[in-house]
This record gives sequence, C-alpha cells and structure tokens, in this order.
Amino acid sequence: MKSVAAYRTPDPGTQPSHLHSSYISSLKRAPTKPQVLIPYTLSEVTGPLFRPEIVAPQASDLTRQHSGEPLGERIIVSGRVLDENSRPLADTLVEIWQANAAGRYLHEIDQHKAPLDPNFTGCGQAVTDAEGRYRFVTIRPGEYPWRNHYNAWRPAHIHFSVFGPAFATRLVTQMYFPGDPLIPFDPIFNCTADEKARNRLISVFDWETTMPEHALGYRFDLILRGREATPMEE
Amino acid sequence: MSLQATTSQTVGPFFRIGFQWLNRENMAGEGVSGERIAIQGRVVDGEGSPVPDAILEIWQANAHGKYAHPDDTQDKPLEPAFDGFGRVPVNREGMFRFATIKPGPVPGPNGKEQAPHLLVSVFMRGLQRRLVARIYFPDEPRNADDFILNLVEPARRSTLIAKKTAGGLALLEWNVVLQGPEETVFFDLGL
Repeated sequence: MKSVAAYRTPDPGTQPSHLHSSYISSLKRAPTKPQVLIPYTLSEVTGPLFRPEIVAPQASDLTRQHSGEPLGERIIVSGRVLDENSRPLADTLVEIWQANAAGRYLHEIDQHKAPLDPNFTGCGQAVTDAEGRYRFVTIRPGEYPWRNHYNAWRPAHIHFSVFGPAFATRLVTQMYFPGDPLIPFDPIFNCTADEKARNRLISVFDWETTMPEHALGYRFDLILRGREATPMEE
Repeated sequence: MSLQATTSQTVGPFFRIGFQWLNRENMAGEGVSGERIAIQGRVVDGEGSPVPDAILEIWQANAHGKYAHPDDTQDKPLEPAFDGFGRVPVNREGMFRFATIKPGPVPGPNGKEQAPHLLVSVFMRGLQRRLVARIYFPDEPRNADDFILNLVEPARRSTLIAKKTAGGLALLEWNVVLQGPEETVFFDLGL
C-alpha cells in the first residue's frame, strides 16, 4: 500500500505534558509509564467529519438561545482554523463552552455561589467556512474560584474543541482575554513551558470585528497539526 | 509559512455542557452491517477511584474495514448510516458503555493488515492533553501480527484488548487505568 504522511511533531515545550505538580488534579490521573510512540496509519490520518447541517444556525449565537438576553458584556469571538502549513481548514466543527458573566457554569457540580442566568446556557457550535473562518456571539465569561490552591481563581476563558480532518488533529484548548491580571497566576495556563506558545492562547482585541454600538470583537485563531511534506519511506 | 499547533488545554470539569449535544453511545443504527458489540468499562485513577469527569471519543472503520473519510481510498463499500464516530461520557461511578459493530481490518505499515481495532481519545479534568489508546478484540488471531500491538511490551498488551464478559460474546469489557501496575498503554502520536 501507499505509505502514510505523518503529522509534524510539536516543537519542544509548545505542548503541555500530562503531569504538572502545580495542577493538583493531574497528580492521580497523569499516566506514569512512558507512552508508546507509534507510526501514523490509515486509522490516525482519517477521522470523523461532520456535515455542516449538524449545527443549527442559532448555535453560534449564545445570546439568542433563550427568550431574553443574557446578562453581561456582549462580545464577538471569531478567527480562523488553519493547519501548521497555513492551510485553512474548511467545514470543520468548532465547539465552545463557558461560564456566564458571573463566573458560573450551568452544570450541577459547579457550586460557586454566583447566580445562574436563565438566559444563558454557555455552549455553542459552528462549522468553518471555505476560508476556515468561524464566528461566535456570546458574553464575556466571569472569572471564578477553584480549589487548586489557596485563593485560586481561573482567569476568564472560553473552552474550545476542534476536530480538523483527522483523528490526529483533534484539539481541545482554552481561549483567554488580553490584559487579564489572573493569567500569570493560573497553573493551567502556565502548564505550557514555551512562553510564546502559551501566550497564543490569549485572544487579540479586534477593531475589524467590533460592531459599533453593539459588541467588542476578539480574534482567536486555532492552529491544528499539519502533515509532513512527504510520506515516510518504509 | 509554518505555524505552530495551538497548545492543548484540559477540558476541565464542566465539558458536559459543551459536548453533550453530540454524545453518541449507539454508533451503529438499524441497517448497518456487521457484528453487533457493546463495550463497557470504567475509568480509574492512581488510587483505584473512579473518575467521574471523563469522556471518550471513538473512531473506527466499518465492518468492511473502510473509514468514512476521503483519505481512505480502498475499494471497499461505505455504510451510509455509519460514520465511525462515538462520544461516550462516563457516569458518576466512572462507568461507560457504548454499542457499535466490530470493524473490519484496515491497512497498516509494511503492507500488512492491522488487526480490527477502535481508536479512543480520553479527555478529563486534570489532563491537559487527551490520552490516546486502541481497543482490540479477544480471540482475534490477527492480534499476533498487528504492527502497533507488537510495538508494546508483551506484558502490557492485554491492557489494549477488550475482555469477554459473562454478558455473552457481544458484551466486552475494556477499562482505562490511569496509573499503577495495570496502567493502560497510551500512545504517543506526537501530541
């Protein structure tokens, strides 16, 4: 059979390892034995593809999923999904979830004493267009406390999940906001050793997508892994 | 121009609100051909405690050994009602269960067929990146020649092979053990 072109290996320090002593939840969950390096086969270079119709039109506007408007500052979060070879990734599924403006998730295990918002669920989906673009309308999520260490607070963030064209390209990450004073103290943000790589998780304020009298725009591009130029010889 | 892949971050404890719309615990509806199977198991941490906030994603070929993806150019039939994707959350006891069909063999390295297998991504609070594993099948003679299984030290291969249960041939058990002597083998795909 034809040999399979591999995906590029991340540069050292640009991806987090599983175990981080400062992130307490990793201690009993991070595998302790070395992971087994395997070659790419047809199984890893294929992956689930979703029809754009799977996503409802209103799924990308988190401010219009209920009868009333959610509380908080309305924002527009948009960007492109590209691969490491700068190729736009069209028709790929992007999922987001987040806390409401008060820093509370609509989830039964979130016991933070902040109000729920009956007009905000906090999840959305979009499928990228031909240029790899996606766009969400939402509200700016609040910061919230967690129990990782004394007086621990998560910076404001939005969770992102992207599939890309293959099992190998699957990515789940978090987007942060520029100027958030909590970012330097966040063990989750700091798990990535490479400073430039982790700073790319901070979105950029964007005049281009800011809508007058309506909402500030933030840009966040997602880069999925790209393939090596040539198949590995076997 | 060359870019760097975005840094992975944990799904955290609240991923259900983002993921549940696409949960799929029954991957093969009516009319999909193949041997019907169900796989159940548990995700446990280094203390043997169940992990109540994990989610599995499954990727597999159909019963003919064909992936529903354009890069699979094999001359084998697609199953219109089967796309090979599953998304399976665990419950409060760390238990999961999903139903699918046993995949056919797909091409592997060195021109040899791989033994039938499912690919699994495991996401959870506490892990900044997913874990990647495979589920192989018991009593499958092709396991002995499988290129990927043979990269694993023999004593640990059994962590990747589902076990038969008292529930009959169609119900298999496969667990995700995060730490310890029975630790599941996880693969390094570079990310």
